[in-house]
Amino acid sequence: MAGTAVLGRLTWLVAQVTGAVDETPRVRTLLLEADGWPGHRAGQHLDVRLTAEDGYQAERSYSIASAPGEPLAITIERLEDGEVSPYLVDEARDGDTFEVRGPIGGYFVWEDDGRPVFLVGGGSGVVPLMSMIRSSSESTPIRLLYSSRTLEDVIYRQELDARAGDRVEVFHTLTREQPPGWAGYARRIDAEMLREVAWPSAEQPHVFVCGSTRFVDVAADGLVALGYEPLSIRTERFGATGG
Amino acid sequence: MPQISRGFHGRRSEGPSDRIPPGQHLVDDFPVLSAGPTPHTPLDEWTFTIQGGAEPASWTWDEFQALPSEEITTDIHCVTKWSKLDTVWKGVSLDTLLGLVDHDAGYLLAFCDGGYTTNLPLEHVTDGKAWIAYDYDGEALEPEHGGPARLLVPHLYFWKSAKWVRGFRLQDEDEPGFWESNGYHILGDPWLEQRYWGD
Repeated sequence: MAGTAVLGRLTWLVAQVTGAVDETPRVRTLLLEADGWPGHRAGQHLDVRLTAEDGYQAERSYSIASAPGEPLAITIERLEDGEVSPYLVDEARDGDTFEVRGPIGGYFVWEDDGRPVFLVGGGSGVVPLMSMIRSSSESTPIRLLYSSRTLEDVIYRQELDARAGDRVEVFHTLTREQPPGWAGYARRIDAEMLREVAWPSAEQPHVFVCGSTRFVDVAADGLVALGYEPLSIRTERFGATGG
Repeated sequence: MPQISRGFHGRRSEGPSDRIPPGQHLVDDFPVLSAGPTPHTPLDEWTFTIQGGAEPASWTWDEFQALPSEEITTDIHCVTKWSKLDTVWKGVSLDTLLGLVDHDAGYLLAFCDGGYTTNLPLEHVTDGKAWIAYDYDGEALEPEHGGPARLLVPHLYFWKSAKWVRGFRLQDEDEPGFWESNGYHILGDPWLEQRYWGD
């Protein structure tokens, strides 16, 4: 833990959009350039502040998708009743500016020490996990269990397909609709699925779980039942609202 | 002059602005934030303990329920930027608990199932500012929201209202707890927007 670290004040920086990637119909990645950005660790997030012409402001937090050292990227899911996420997903374009501050979070972060890593993501909960996958060394074994509603909703699908192999194993489950011939899981995450996919707890993997409250509770409870030490399971939850 | 975000108009909060701290927005539901799995401690194993006084004090669940309780209606503010108005709780005031302990401490460090801790100056938890709450909205507090009992310190960001609380240690010095050691502010006053280190 970073208990003895001393950080300076996190100041608001101007971020400029330098690129955008449509990941799914509801999810977009924004590439950002922010002078003075201090860098981040895999798993951290940042705050975004938007300002309307009359001075009205709105703030939200978003997970950082890029690996440390890569150009800064956040991936945003549009929440239909959201205030900030519809702007970031539908409106923001190259050259636009808003403010960011961060990086934030000293617990849901991963330092690659070569030990195996088990990542469990639901929906856009995969975003901070992707930062970990992108920053992992060539020898660190990683398993990702990733739950999406449909194939179309799978964020980073092509990149995950390209990265999947002996070292990075990707297990998808599609909970709502599966394409013909689908070979992955086809149900909500459960204890049985975790038992099939997770490393044995004796291998002491790092564990990161991110998704909705219910998703995280099922995953974390299931891992505890498999013998994982509760304190070894790091979770991040997002509610139905917020964006 | 703040940076204008082209094309951003905002949805505007419908709530009373004098009850919504800077950077916060209203929610109707009750989001959950926890760093790990949800602990499930059986009530017959649950105790609440105050260490660091002249004598250690401890209550079983039944003894704790027998303490005088209060109903609290209050607004709550999470550092992740949601605020929720007029939440209704029932619990035991820290004035009641601390009145049963002989001490001259200035701070407390609350400890919880799951290993979570948080620190508070006593001046921020006395005179009707903090409770150990075990009911929410007329029902027993659910585990995902901190049941069977959580701290309730509504004038500070909600991470200070530690879930699954099992007691606290009275101390002379302020000692950072879990989130306070992980980048979050030592006190966490939402009206001063004390979210992170250095705020």
